[in-house]
Amino acid sequence: MDLNLLVQLTLNGLIVGTLYGVVAMSFVLIYKASQVVNFAQGEFLLVGAWVCWWFLVDWQLPFWAGFLFTLVFMTLFGLVLQVVVLRPLIGEPVISVIMATIGLGIFFQALMKWIFGVFAKPFPPIFPVERVQVLGLEVQTVYLLSLGISLLIMLAFAWFFTSSKHGLAMRATAFDQQVAQSLGVSVPKVFAMSWAISAVVSAVAGVVVGVVNGVSSALSFYGIKVFPAVILGGLDSILGAVLGGIIIGLLENWAHYVDSQWLNWGNMFQIAPFYALVLILMLKPYGLFGTKNIERV
Amino acid sequence: MATVSLHPAGDYRTTYAADTTIFPTRNSRIAMILGIALLCLCPLLLGRWELSLMINIGILGIAALGLNILVGFTGQISIGHAAFFGVGAFASAWLHEAFHIPVWACIPLAGVITAFVGLVFGAPAARLKGLYLAIATLAAQFILEDFFARARWFTGGVAGRITEPLVLFGYAFDREESYFYVVLFFVVVMFVGAANLMRTRDGRALVAVRDHYLSAEIMGINLAYYRTLSFAISSLYAGIGGALYAHYLMFVSVEAFNILFSIQFLGMVIIGGLGSVMGSLMGAAFMVLLPEVVQGLADALSGGAIDRALKLGTSINYLREMALGAAIILFLIFEPDGLARRWRLIKAYWKLYPYSH
Repeated sequence: MDLNLLVQLTLNGLIVGTLYGVVAMSFVLIYKASQVVNFAQGEFLLVGAWVCWWFLVDWQLPFWAGFLFTLVFMTLFGLVLQVVVLRPLIGEPVISVIMATIGLGIFFQALMKWIFGVFAKPFPPIFPVERVQVLGLEVQTVYLLSLGISLLIMLAFAWFFTSSKHGLAMRATAFDQQVAQSLGVSVPKVFAMSWAISAVVSAVAGVVVGVVNGVSSALSFYGIKVFPAVILGGLDSILGAVLGGIIIGLLENWAHYVDSQWLNWGNMFQIAPFYALVLILMLKPYGLFGTKNIERV
Repeated sequence: MATVSLHPAGDYRTTYAADTTIFPTRNSRIAMILGIALLCLCPLLLGRWELSLMINIGILGIAALGLNILVGFTGQISIGHAAFFGVGAFASAWLHEAFHIPVWACIPLAGVITAFVGLVFGAPAARLKGLYLAIATLAAQFILEDFFARARWFTGGVAGRITEPLVLFGYAFDREESYFYVVLFFVVVMFVGAANLMRTRDGRALVAVRDHYLSAEIMGINLAYYRTLSFAISSLYAGIGGALYAHYLMFVSVEAFNILFSIQFLGMVIIGGLGSVMGSLMGAAFMVLLPEVVQGLADALSGGAIDRALKLGTSINYLREMALGAAIILFLIFEPDGLARRWRLIKAYWKLYPYSH
């Protein structure tokens, strides 16, 4: 038993888990609003991180400016994707929509490799202080920042959906498209908006991960790790996505701990969430907070 | 799914036999037999490179047909088909090495083993559908990939596994010219099998499950049974395809069966046409030829200004992946019923020429 390692891994799990939570939240946002399962969520992180890296390194912009431009770019990116690719597929069977997002995923992953190469590239240093002491543990500043940003995004989501007009329109659309439309909500606009917001939020997560680990195509794996999280939390629950993300983050780090201490199988870190995923699907497919889908003829 | 019938108006089918026939007209039967006979001559006429392309089309076509039975006919989604393909490849090599079973028997046995593995992972399919099943098979993909890397007794670990060629009556099928016939044999058997499956009660039950599962259940179709069955059949096809692949390449590597390969299979099914037996083969042909076309384009541009500016030569793999993604999206938007429908339209055009209706 290595208690120090356990604490370190738990902390890691919490930080990574909140990031999973953020990505899962933006995944659920798209699913709730437009009933599209987005297999290209990881590529949103990837594109966002590379674009920000490009602004900072090739254009030598200060961080705040580059970050701001990235957000603007990602808004447009999400809008264009929805309008050009997903809108013509409204009303098509689930498989077509899933395949379209998978196609998008492959396309952008390959495009990023083509433009920026396959090797991880570090962000220029952003903080003057690399490490700080928290409760006797040495923590990298970027990790703290990542935790802070994730919490900030979650609060912003909570405010957006409970108090803003657009957020309410989005919830109304998710609840019943026809009723929302009859109340004057523009459903196509809501669809487009959900993609834009999702792209922006994912890009923020992508930049945070990029600052911590460097930017590489490994980022798109977050888009796959998101599935255990959202299935655990329930596909259409924002709160569930956050909790699911944190649980999956903790789970993979604890699996790593168990593995490194006793089992020595290797790779448990990567694979444990998928075993959990199969179990959840067998036992409780609608997750912790998801609405049960009652089938009608 | 809209079908363009080539029958003249008023030609109603009056018997079940006429309705379920594979070849609607005598000419189509003759054309098919002639086509197969022509294919038998290919090794005499074509070079090794063309033959290797055709062998690949055949092998991937068999696996794609399996996926089409699952996705196109039963309406279940699987994002883990390449993993099952891999199970078939390793199972055949393992059976031969561990039990000294002759290769010709290993190939169907590998299919059966893969079908059982498919049953295990298809068990959730009895309860899940649509995107939940898609996500479950995604998990299967990663779990099986991890298993391949871990199970040294089965796969040879990271080093991969060397396989033996197929030997029949002392003759080794270890060259493109001879292996072509092996693949052709399996393609014909598997495709005729699938076409016949769709004429039986089981096949029609699968289609009923896809079209309206509640109505199907009311008509006495056991949903859980048929969903699982379709998973097993699909894995059987994947396994046989994988086994053929293993004995063609004579080497199976652990990393080959990744998620991108699974997506390629889905792409074949989409591009070929969901719910079309021959479409699976067309989709496989498209997927095999697409990288060659991309390569050809890059070669044609090599040395020029575009090549230097875009680094075409060194990033050909990414260009291929991009072409794959773009092809899937474009087909979904512009031709959702795939090449099979386009083929029917072309046939109808010539049949009705010069009148378009």
